[in-house]
Amino acid sequence: MEKIDVVIVGGGLSGLACAYKLAEKDLQVIVLERGDFPGSKNVTGGRLYLEPIKSLIGDMLDDAPLERKVVRERWSLMGENNSLNIDFTGNRFRNTGHSYTVLRANLDRWLSERIMEKGVFVIPMKRVDDLIWEDNAVAGIKSGEEEIPANVVVAADGVLSFMAEKAGLRQKMKPRNYALGIKEIIELSEEKINDRFNVEKKEGCAHLFIGDVTKGMFGGGFLYTNQDTISLGIVIGIKALMEKASTIEAHTLMDNFKDRYEIKRLIEGGKLLEYSAHVIPEGGYNNLAKLYGNGILVTGDAAGFALNMGVTVRGMEFAIASGIIAAETILMAKEKGDYSAQTLSKYETRLKDTFVLKDMFSCKDMPDFLDNDAFFTFYPKYFPHFVEKIMWFGDQPKEKIGQTLWKELKASGMLSFKRLKELYNMKNI
Amino acid sequence: MRVDEKLALDAFRTCKESHIKINHEICRTRCKIKYCLFVCPGHLYTLNEENNEIVVEFAGCLECGTCKIACSEGAIEWQYPNGEYGVQYRFG
Repeated sequence: MEKIDVVIVGGGLSGLACAYKLAEKDLQVIVLERGDFPGSKNVTGGRLYLEPIKSLIGDMLDDAPLERKVVRERWSLMGENNSLNIDFTGNRFRNTGHSYTVLRANLDRWLSERIMEKGVFVIPMKRVDDLIWEDNAVAGIKSGEEEIPANVVVAADGVLSFMAEKAGLRQKMKPRNYALGIKEIIELSEEKINDRFNVEKKEGCAHLFIGDVTKGMFGGGFLYTNQDTISLGIVIGIKALMEKASTIEAHTLMDNFKDRYEIKRLIEGGKLLEYSAHVIPEGGYNNLAKLYGNGILVTGDAAGFALNMGVTVRGMEFAIASGIIAAETILMAKEKGDYSAQTLSKYETRLKDTFVLKDMFSCKDMPDFLDNDAFFTFYPKYFPHFVEKIMWFGDQPKEKIGQTLWKELKASGMLSFKRLKELYNMKNI
Repeated sequence: MRVDEKLALDAFRTCKESHIKINHEICRTRCKIKYCLFVCPGHLYTLNEENNEIVVEFAGCLECGTCKIACSEGAIEWQYPNGEYGVQYRFG
């Protein structure tokens, strides 16, 4: 059977971006998607940063169904029964299309339709079961009884990537390198969202929560405003979850989060529309898959391209960028007529020149840094506590504010050598 | 709202055959903690105490794969449901 040029396994953002770029040239490309349509098996928090990929994507996302432009960034330190917020907004964020909230079932489906118009076959409801091998090189895929021979296979099959595993490019998944994300979509009118989150029409808010929402486990809560829905959820490290097994059931964390006073008011009257879950790569640079082999490239979540930066989490722009650079590598390989690992290694070289591997590399110590319960228990407990102490006026004469703060700082251990060293180490991340 | 009521809001197309296979022998002999009972966001795993067997309601699977990663003894053999089947997110 004659080989086609490229089979892309997975119609998520990296697979579709790859197909989009390949469609510019006259190549035979097939995208295989196991869901009813691209996006139907995907879940994001989530927000997409557009600035980093602006020069790569050309017109790919022009008129895309983006939900709201994020102009308000919020973080909450959650104590057991109090919390402290930071609320940021700025004209720079309002005046540029910096980042947008998205819903994947809309976005991916839209992009797949755009790609089909360019002559690429996007075939839904097709699970890929295995790879075809030929002289130690990947030479296509198997789906049920069907075989599709191809010069290159792009493993864009998401965080659990069975393709990268079968190609021997990814190790067995370790709990410490992954987190579970649970999300609810809550319907709320556009006007209510504008009012409750203090934003104008089409503007939105991204809000992260850390501390008691995960009962001190690695992770946190998130809230993103969409046009007329809210994405509310929690993320918990799987290793942390396993350590707390027999005391905490994952799904109950979501209910506790929603029961918090801070959240309850924001989603009041909202109707739950969907309950979803997805695994997130958290291993960072040191736990990426091998990105290429003979006849195969690995992109997006499948490669481990996701970045928890503490103050925000990123993934989709990494997926899109890696998909496009995979396509550019394939075009170059086609010209050479050589799809060996050596030729395809240009993919990694190129990625090293872009934010994808640069940002992953500069944050390589982040997973170890964040693997510290101080961020999930100590700080979220004590910062709101200090404010509570200062702001409470009881029936006794008030102590000097500076004195109260000093006393509380000392009592909490905030000034201990251990905490100061932690602060000092922050320069490394 | 209970988690099974939340799952009832999602769109599923259920295959007759489970995409999650459990090696009960491993569960009985090697696994003490049974992480699967706690980590699944759909709360789909239960222990049938009569025959000491783990049961999974695979029809409500959100296809996240957490159970596969957390099953340190390797008793869970997990693959995606065949195309056409499983959860279909309308928002994602």
